Amino acid sequence: MADKKKKAEEGGINFNPDLLDLLAKFQEVELEDFELEVKDLELWLESGALPRQLVPQMKAAGALKGKPVELLKAQFMPPIETYPGKIVEVKLGGTKSDGGSRGKSVVIGGETSPPFYTFERPVTHPPVVTLDVFDMALPLSKAVKMHVKEVIGDPAAWAKLAVEKFGADMVTVHLISVDPLLKDATPKDAVKTVEEVLQAVDVPLVIGGCGDPIKDEAVFAEITETFAGERFLISSLTQDMNVERCAKFVKKNGHVALSFTPMDLNLARELNRRLYDFMGKEDIIMDLTTAALGYGLDYAFTNMERARLAGLMGDVELAHPMSSGTTNAWAAREAWLKMSPEWEPRELRGPLWEVTTALTLLLAGVDLFMMMHPAAVKTLKEVTKQLVSGKKADASKFADWVSVKP
Amino acid sequence: MSEKKKKAGVKEISPIDVYKLLPKTNCKECGEENCMAFATKIVNREVNIDQCAPLKKPENAKAYAQLKELLKPPVKEVVVGAGEKARRLGGKLVMYRHEFTYTNPTAIAIDVTDEMTDEELAARIKKTENFSYEYIGYTLKLDMIAVRCTSGEPEKFKAAVKKVAEKTTLPLILCTLNANVAEAGLMAAPKAKPLLYAATMANWKDMAELALMYGCPLVVSAPNDLNSLVSLAKTLMAYGVGNLVLDPGTFANEGLADTLNNFTMLRRAACKGGEELAGFPLMGVPMAAWVDKGEIADEVMKWREANLASMLIVRYADVLVMHGDDGWSLLPNAVLRQNIYTDPRKPVAVEPGLKEFGTPDENSPVLFTTNFALTYYTVASDIESSKTNAYLIVVETEGSAVDSGVAGRKLTAEKVAEAIKETGIENKVKHRKIIIPGKASRISGEIEELSGWKVQVGPRDSSEIPKYIIDKWQP
Repeated sequence: MADKKKKAEEGGINFNPDLLDLLAKFQEVELEDFELEVKDLELWLESGALPRQLVPQMKAAGALKGKPVELLKAQFMPPIETYPGKIVEVKLGGTKSDGGSRGKSVVIGGETSPPFYTFERPVTHPPVVTLDVFDMALPLSKAVKMHVKEVIGDPAAWAKLAVEKFGADMVTVHLISVDPLLKDATPKDAVKTVEEVLQAVDVPLVIGGCGDPIKDEAVFAEITETFAGERFLISSLTQDMNVERCAKFVKKNGHVALSFTPMDLNLARELNRRLYDFMGKEDIIMDLTTAALGYGLDYAFTNMERARLAGLMGDVELAHPMSSGTTNAWAAREAWLKMSPEWEPRELRGPLWEVTTALTLLLAGVDLFMMMHPAAVKTLKEVTKQLVSGKKADASKFADWVSVKP
Repeated sequence: MSEKKKKAGVKEISPIDVYKLLPKTNCKECGEENCMAFATKIVNREVNIDQCAPLKKPENAKAYAQLKELLKPPVKEVVVGAGEKARRLGGKLVMYRHEFTYTNPTAIAIDVTDEMTDEELAARIKKTENFSYEYIGYTLKLDMIAVRCTSGEPEKFKAAVKKVAEKTTLPLILCTLNANVAEAGLMAAPKAKPLLYAATMANWKDMAELALMYGCPLVVSAPNDLNSLVSLAKTLMAYGVGNLVLDPGTFANEGLADTLNNFTMLRRAACKGGEELAGFPLMGVPMAAWVDKGEIADEVMKWREANLASMLIVRYADVLVMHGDDGWSLLPNAVLRQNIYTDPRKPVAVEPGLKEFGTPDENSPVLFTTNFALTYYTVASDIESSKTNAYLIVVETEGSAVDSGVAGRKLTAEKVAEAIKETGIENKVKHRKIIIPGKASRISGEIEELSGWKVQVGPRDSSEIPKYIIDKWQP
């Protein structure tokens, strides 16, 4: 543990020692071997040897009514199905052979069963996580800020931290400084930021705009052309942009479009159809909008679950990998607000809010998580790893929960 | 798995199927215009067939039984506890949330043990009962107490159950695999109808007898062994114990995939395959994570337990047993459960229009928010609790929150300008200033243009509204 602390200091980052130590221990436990205790066996034998003195009258009465004396065997038939559809595979990050500079690519999608129905068939490509990096200072919750405060304003250093320390599969560069209402930085400025991040890390990048349809179009045009072949995920193309122009420059330069719609599957289909005129299905990921736990997560969940099932059932317009702006979990005040003591500490409540949002959507079929808090990222990655590990449950010690003394 | 056993899924039942079995008297006793209208509401689960008086006459007994069978949910409803706080588990009509509203939100039980001191017991029960969070007009609560036998001694367990039963009216789960211990516990609360945990391959006969004698529901436990689980269910049903809950085991870490697979397969077999032996409420035990605790910090265990609970709330658990009772670890799941169990057909929205807080006058501030229920209630409670006098215009955004409304064009300057007109606020105040949500700052210019009102961009979070009004408001 001393080592870890030292490393953290060297990295120039002050972690909350409690939380990150907590999470470091997650891993250690997984490696522990299981030991069967003799006590467990006794418990089972004991209860099996009991029947005699127990309510003999009832037993006699029961026998008359024809109560079974032996176990009636039944077989559970695993309800396995096949689906006519398949979620398209989308590759992110261009390596040298693609004309890019990334160390490796990431492929998502390709699923042929509902999320984690591994009794049916294995997961094709486990979901991946891209961490948020912002190109300027912005209001962050305390629980997040304490992990990144040293790198705020330095997107390259932030990206490095996200990959090397927090285990991000990808990095999202949020170009919020181009917002006309904020710094109104130019497309050239944005190119410079992206260049710095590209130099700092070799994972695939997501390029995030500011939300202004006109400005984003200009910025994306510049970036997609300057970095042709890098196979960025361009986040995002929306209905109120010049879809034709955007789709063309994304396609021409070998990038991927994030098709963003506000929680409405018909709108999602419509935007995807418009994109099909200019690009292949393998160049589109969709974002159906993520609402925070407690603030509409139910809609987001159901929308995504429906989209995934529809895609598997053959609705090709919804058979795209899904991305989730899971960072939106922090829009819930319960994630960051100082509340009365019974709900504290918020340093744990906040990241757990993000994890809960992420796990819910993991089970709805999200393939790409855009996330914020390192502990939330770590947990999601570990859960995903466990779900696809192919390892079996150790059933023998489950019953211990009844008598365990934690 | 025979074809015969297959029940119609809720989706396949049409109002005509129900109508055919109704008395067709159009007597209106149920409050509906005619039998067809009643049948439609039956199918939508908005009314109960027991509200049809003629149907309960002896001559309609056969039709009544047929209707009951037709409408029987694929997952049986099992009641735990007695009296007012008795809790229904299961009763699920569908597998996927978008198909129909999930019934009976996942019950959350907190554990106590028979080796706790009186003070510990009292404190833990009180904490469980006092868990309460106000959320969009609902009060989120915990549901049950699970009493575990850690001593292995019947007398100790009996004494503990007695104390717990005296201290709380929450339904109980009695946890032991030893039938002698279970019996001792049941004797301490003979009328409480606790959920008995659990019948296993080793003890099922004794547990079945106890369940019959005390009329209590029974958990069937077969860790990661669905063949044994359904065999036990079959046997117990034949034994006369019909109120079963299935526990396929909950495994943290490496067992996570098996855990989710078992829950998913059981629910799919029940809802899509009509498999009767799988058609019972499912029990998840996030607490099982604590078996591996070792030297790990409590916070990590609570975190991991919460993760398990979240996944099981999404994947079909009808009751959960948890050990961590901290607010920070329970709150996300209490909210998640509420979210998952809402009606998927209705956006959670409130009526748009003008709301008044306190006693506003012609100089009082005017604010606006969206008609997404959560946004509205949050803003309303912040204004209310500060005793500020204010007008709040609720703009129709089709149930979108401020940020997603702006992004998705559901909250536009046009809509705000229109709302200002329609609410008649112009006749109630002398000034022409509106405080807008910080997250709607993007459309502030347009609002000024279209409405002619001066815009003040307010705080990004409504908790800062009271302070903002004190510091920044001048009519």
